[in-house]
Amino acid sequence: MIGEVGHFALALAFAFSALLAVIPLIGVARSHGGQMAIARPLTYGMFIFTLISFIALVWGFLANDFSIAYVANNSNTALPAIYRFTAVWGSHEGSFLLWMLVQASWAAALAVFSKRLPLVFAARVLAVMGMIGVGFYLFMLLTSNPFERTIPLIPVDGRDLNPLLQDPGMIIHPPLLYMGYVGMSVAFAFAIAALLGGRLDSAWARWSRPWTIAAWVFLTLGIMVGSWWAYYELGWGGWWFWDPVENASFLPWLAGTALMHSLAVTEKRGTFKSWTVLLAISAFSLSLLGTFLVRSGVLVSVHAFASDPTRGMFLLSFLGVVIAGSLLLYAIRAAKVQSHSRYDLFSREVLLLGNNLLLVTATMVVLVGTLLPLVHQQLGLGNISIGEPFFDEVFMWLTIPFAILLGFGPLTRWKRQKFAELRNSLLLAMALAVGIGFALPWIFADVISGLAVLGLILALWIVFTTVAELRLRVASREHKWPALVKLGRSHWGMVLGHLGFAVMIIGIAVVQNYEIERTVRMGAGDTANVGGYQFHFRDMQERQGPNFISDSATFVISRENGKHVADVVAEKRFYTVTRQIQTQTALQVNPFRDLYIALGEELDDGSWAVRIHVKPFVRWIWAGAILMAIGGVCSLTDKRYRLRRREEKKARKQNAAEAS
Amino acid sequence: MNPRRKKRLIMTSSILVGAAFATGLVLYALSQNIDLFYTPTEIVQGKGDNEVKPEVGQRLRVGGLVVPGSVRREGSGLTVAFNLIDVGPAEITVEYEGILPDLFREGQGIVAQGILVAPNRLQASEVLARHDEEYMPPGLAEALKGIEHVPPSQQNYNQNNDNQSNDKNNGAEEEGSGGGYDR
Repeated sequence: MIGEVGHFALALAFAFSALLAVIPLIGVARSHGGQMAIARPLTYGMFIFTLISFIALVWGFLANDFSIAYVANNSNTALPAIYRFTAVWGSHEGSFLLWMLVQASWAAALAVFSKRLPLVFAARVLAVMGMIGVGFYLFMLLTSNPFERTIPLIPVDGRDLNPLLQDPGMIIHPPLLYMGYVGMSVAFAFAIAALLGGRLDSAWARWSRPWTIAAWVFLTLGIMVGSWWAYYELGWGGWWFWDPVENASFLPWLAGTALMHSLAVTEKRGTFKSWTVLLAISAFSLSLLGTFLVRSGVLVSVHAFASDPTRGMFLLSFLGVVIAGSLLLYAIRAAKVQSHSRYDLFSREVLLLGNNLLLVTATMVVLVGTLLPLVHQQLGLGNISIGEPFFDEVFMWLTIPFAILLGFGPLTRWKRQKFAELRNSLLLAMALAVGIGFALPWIFADVISGLAVLGLILALWIVFTTVAELRLRVASREHKWPALVKLGRSHWGMVLGHLGFAVMIIGIAVVQNYEIERTVRMGAGDTANVGGYQFHFRDMQERQGPNFISDSATFVISRENGKHVADVVAEKRFYTVTRQIQTQTALQVNPFRDLYIALGEELDDGSWAVRIHVKPFVRWIWAGAILMAIGGVCSLTDKRYRLRRREEKKARKQNAAEAS
Repeated sequence: MNPRRKKRLIMTSSILVGAAFATGLVLYALSQNIDLFYTPTEIVQGKGDNEVKPEVGQRLRVGGLVVPGSVRREGSGLTVAFNLIDVGPAEITVEYEGILPDLFREGQGIVAQGILVAPNRLQASEVLARHDEEYMPPGLAEALKGIEHVPPSQQNYNQNNDNQSNDKNNGAEEEGSGGGYDR
């Protein structure tokens, strides 16, 4: 019964989205205030029914309703309750329902927080959200209904959730990532609405900027949690694999980062307008492309026969419609858009243009690396694979100019900057960066790795130029500290974002060049020395979990001088229902290094293959991402974006007048 | 030349130079890092109409089924060797030092990446098994089409419903990062 309610609610949400896509636009065309104003109630309706549908599926999981096929396939009575809840998005249909809930939430948030926008513009934005909704709801109802029944042959128990997903990281990773993915649709909706109205001005940029930043924050955190999850859950000891699924989330992030910076130029200087619109369209299209790649199974060609080809076709057509439609609109409207602004070669505009070009290049590189094997195969040229070294190498080369420009950017004035003014600060920053970049590995490491030094220099360059920028901003003030505080949240957001990037570079440079990995054969009682630590394999015990049996190995870690560090447990779990084996890694963490132990297989004589990693500074990678996200949140809370009472009242009055 | 045109010229040419550099870099990196995929039969008998055999020393990927009973460990170390087969009768030997992925089993499909050290011997740097138990290496699936492959998850599990969609999403949908291979 509840399953049918969920299905019906989903159909109703589709109906609301279809109305939302049409009526407000008719209202705009006929200048009918009431028809425009109905966009909000329709959005709320879409949200509420999607929520009901989602709750119905959650209930199906919590109540072990195995008459719902999706529940039967992804849950089990032995599964702990928290994982029965997260199993809702453990597989295709349910994760798409979560996707829809997120999409509807963004639309509802837009409806609530767009009250100070002109009614015409708000109606257009919400209508575009409705159009996107139509595509996705149709996709769900036609190809991936999560409420399909198993009646009359209801299984006694479910087939259990994929063991990899039975983990706390998986509780938050998909919702965060989806918030980011779908959030790009808001930036897209703003861009399309502006194109429809033919008004691409700095007001439009100011309205869409906080939404873009919000989506970017979620995307950043989503990717970060995913990387962290892969690190400890997959047991390979890596934090990024350039896997197509990862690339699918990285593509919109790169485009979104470019968009965020380009929006700043459009807001502050009124230039780069058509470029910004194009980036907004690309960011969302890349989100859709990512969805298509992950969901249709084209990337791993073996999936093509296992999964439903209609899904892929549907998503591909939807992607085609979105890209073709928005580019057509862009072609018609953007020609009229002109940017009248003059700027010199050495100005913040040009530096941000450089930032954008590099980010777009990075996007292209990831796109080529991800799609080339696919194209190659479709052309009948055989199977190829593009390895991690390709991405690592190209990204290293792209990071160098990117980081250098990043140091210049914030210091430079809009329009025109005399180099002489900055020469001393820049030379000082460079000298410090190079000096300390060489000194740190020389003092702390046994060998000096060239790439680590390069990474450190780039990161320190960003840090010192950021400090120089802050100094410059308060140079003319008498009271330095109060002036620093008064700089504005948006400014601090930028500072934190850039420092986060620097922290991340340090993490990547150090861990890639100084990590130690060793695979050893160990039995109970054996000791291995790796990277200045002793790993003593104390014992092996069998343990019974709720839905798995585990071999748990206890390791005693100590310093080489015998000082005890910690006791950790590494496990090899056998999940009885899915009959899958899963490695649980043992981790001992501090801010400067991770000790990582993964159990391999048991060997003939009862000893085990054990992989031990010592990973210095690996936490800094995720810390950097968190810092960037905090920067984003900081910008969001800037005064400019808070509802300005008077302005809001004025807009409301005007909207009410139009609506009546 | 007036200053505006000069500025445009500088900007356009620097963008062009940058683009050329980036393209060159990408192409160079690609040429270094593309690995061709072979099946064991293709390694032994040659690939395509011209029967091109890979050269010894070439870096490549090979996918096939682990021949049951062929997995053997050498000495007290962690070196393991096993044979791979596709449609037969050609077999190749893969040597690997390290930890095999959780999903590695005899009779299961795997992909190994490494360097060909002899015409039928691969020194693997990486062994991958698909998380999806339905997995068979690309190409191999085509060659073997029609052979019923029973995933281990169904071997002992009494599946008393005949819902079609069960087979579609059996553990195949991982969310987020790392959802590809198991190594």
